[in-house]
Amino acid sequence: MQELLKSFLGDNALVYIIMGVPPLIFILLYALVTLYMEMKVSAHIQDRVAYMRTGWHGVLQPFADILKLIQKEDIIPAQADKLLFTLAPYLVFTGTYAGFAAIPFSEGYIGSNINLGVFYIVAASSIVVAGLLMSGWASNNKWSLLGAMRSAAQIVSYEIPSALAILVAVMITGSLNLNDVSKFQEGGLFNWVVFGGPLPLLQKLAIIPFTATAFFILLTAGIAEANRTPFDLPEAESELVQGFNTEYSGMKFAIFYVAEYANMFLVSAVAVCLFLGGWQSPFGSALSGPIWGVFWIVIKGMAFVFFQIWLRWTLPRLRVDQLMYVSWKVMTPMLFVCVFAVGLILVL
Amino acid sequence: MLNELKTLPTNYVTTPGEIHTSTGKTLRTDEMIINMGPQHPSTHGVLRLEIVVDGEIVVDVIPHIGYLHRCFEKHAEYMTNYQQVIPYADRMDYLASMNNDWAYALTIERLLKIEVPQRVEYIRVIMAELQRIASHLIAVGTFGIDMGAFTPFLWAFRDRERILDLFEMTCGARLLYNYIWIGGLSHDLPKGFVEKAKEFCTYFRPKLKEFNDLLTFNEIFIKRTANVGVLPKDVAINYACSGPVLRASGVDWDLRRDDPYGVYNKIAWEVQTGKGEMGTVGDVWDRFIVKVREMEQSVRIIEQALAGLPEGNVQAALPKRIRPDAGEMYVRTESPRGELGFYIISDGTGSPYRLKARAPAFVNLSVVPAISRGCMIADLVAIVGSVDIVLGEVDR
Repeated sequence: MQELLKSFLGDNALVYIIMGVPPLIFILLYALVTLYMEMKVSAHIQDRVAYMRTGWHGVLQPFADILKLIQKEDIIPAQADKLLFTLAPYLVFTGTYAGFAAIPFSEGYIGSNINLGVFYIVAASSIVVAGLLMSGWASNNKWSLLGAMRSAAQIVSYEIPSALAILVAVMITGSLNLNDVSKFQEGGLFNWVVFGGPLPLLQKLAIIPFTATAFFILLTAGIAEANRTPFDLPEAESELVQGFNTEYSGMKFAIFYVAEYANMFLVSAVAVCLFLGGWQSPFGSALSGPIWGVFWIVIKGMAFVFFQIWLRWTLPRLRVDQLMYVSWKVMTPMLFVCVFAVGLILVL
Repeated sequence: MLNELKTLPTNYVTTPGEIHTSTGKTLRTDEMIINMGPQHPSTHGVLRLEIVVDGEIVVDVIPHIGYLHRCFEKHAEYMTNYQQVIPYADRMDYLASMNNDWAYALTIERLLKIEVPQRVEYIRVIMAELQRIASHLIAVGTFGIDMGAFTPFLWAFRDRERILDLFEMTCGARLLYNYIWIGGLSHDLPKGFVEKAKEFCTYFRPKLKEFNDLLTFNEIFIKRTANVGVLPKDVAINYACSGPVLRASGVDWDLRRDDPYGVYNKIAWEVQTGKGEMGTVGDVWDRFIVKVREMEQSVRIIEQALAGLPEGNVQAALPKRIRPDAGEMYVRTESPRGELGFYIISDGTGSPYRLKARAPAFVNLSVVPAISRGCMIADLVAIVGSVDIVLGEVDR
């Protein structure tokens, strides 16, 4: 798509701006859909029906919610650090949005075709930590501060298992560019990295346990990075009121919300691209192509977003020390084993 | 400015940069005071906990109460007759109004030395046990929220709704019933109540199992609650804890069995105690499971009481104006939260000379600081939730 635009407009900044627009539109639409999905899924888990009055089965409710948040007074606490307080939600959103640049939505569309794609996503989404810490500190609220400290500790420590899990996939595919990684998994369901990729059968069978573990851990670490239950400690409602976004209202609060939802999709999309073929169709060459590619990656991503919602409304929350325990003493050692084993199998 | 400082109590006189708690303790530099409440999602009402934290570790907890004080005891003294106190008793522990009414009515009945008809006793047991289930459902449901699990809470509310429907059918009210009166009940059970109550019992058992599968035996939940906030037997007794909090610490003590009232001694049921299955005896998980198991026992009691429900009058013969002889009386009953007692001094007039309510939630709350020093903030939330306080009763 980038080449196509360049041939029309020449190599200038406008091309890159246009390239940046589709993910933004996608995030906004996706946030509305997920907001609705979250409410409906949670309601059915809890024996309720959720919104029924705004439109057919309440489909217009997300718009009403957004409208309400836009109309709300934008309160900045008197003792808050105004600049940081205002900047923080945008920084959080920027970090997540920047991550979408390296997600290949189809064979023909990737925001920025850099050869260090995954590495870039890991780096860009680290900006989120700075934003959260900023929001907690600038709020001048002790609960916010505690939430921010927790989120910093949490996200930093879960980046390690997630980076190691990414390494497992990268070792097999031999590329950090998610588009190349997706291309590598051509040929249907059983050529996806989670099933060992397009390797000889024997190698494949040996590698499956490790890739499956890595995939599962990547997904779990992703939930932790997106601050969702059971790892929603930074905004642990019953403990920290609302954590880092306690003092936020109106549009700034909405931006935090959109960033959280966008982050949910981002972590799912990374896992999907690395382990589940990205935009590849599960039926080999059937139903594949640039347009179907968009369909497949969104469907696969949404399946894991649904999974995250499902978990959120089922599980209780971990405690801070248990959270660290899971990251450092369970996931990281397991992944070391995975990385070592996958390396060994590939060399043999 | 300096003059103002001098008038403060000595423990408040500050040197610059020093911070004190409300009890006058000086903070170390790495500690900070956080006010948890009165507006906080997990203090179960308007409780304010002043907590001193070192990072995430709770160094000290100082509960501040009184935000919901409504002068119940003084009001009771100024009523024109004893019957009028009942709606106020309703509002003490608003999650267990039936039990409050019963405790108060029982005290006056013992003071008047009157016997109530058997039918009344049975209906009171049924109502009190239904109320106990409703109250425990809120306790375990909100405890789920404290642990970050939202779904069990709504499941608990769904089942509680059925009980409230039964109450509404009986007396028209869903929260504050004014149903149990001195010497009897405000009116008899409506038609079809017995069938509906039986239906509820058969409905509730499988739902409770479902609830246990979702929350009680969830691995994360057990990890969060086992070995947390351990309340040893001797500490529980020294702080005069009662109800599920005491029983969870392994003390086999239930007033329904040990100081019988109503018809509890005619019914087969078991007192549940904490056994430390997942960790130590008296931890948060024990306090939780005791409530869950008591609900099962309550269903048993209701079924038997419904089966044995005799026909008859629902109001004992009472004097036209209730004027007990001068004297005093203390009656204790087992409310969902523990020993609920009323101490009444009568001077022979139409209203109590003095009325003192022994509120279990108030007494149980006092043990929180003792068992939560050194835990984490998340554990403090669990401990406060497991002690199951109702601020309406703490403050009265």
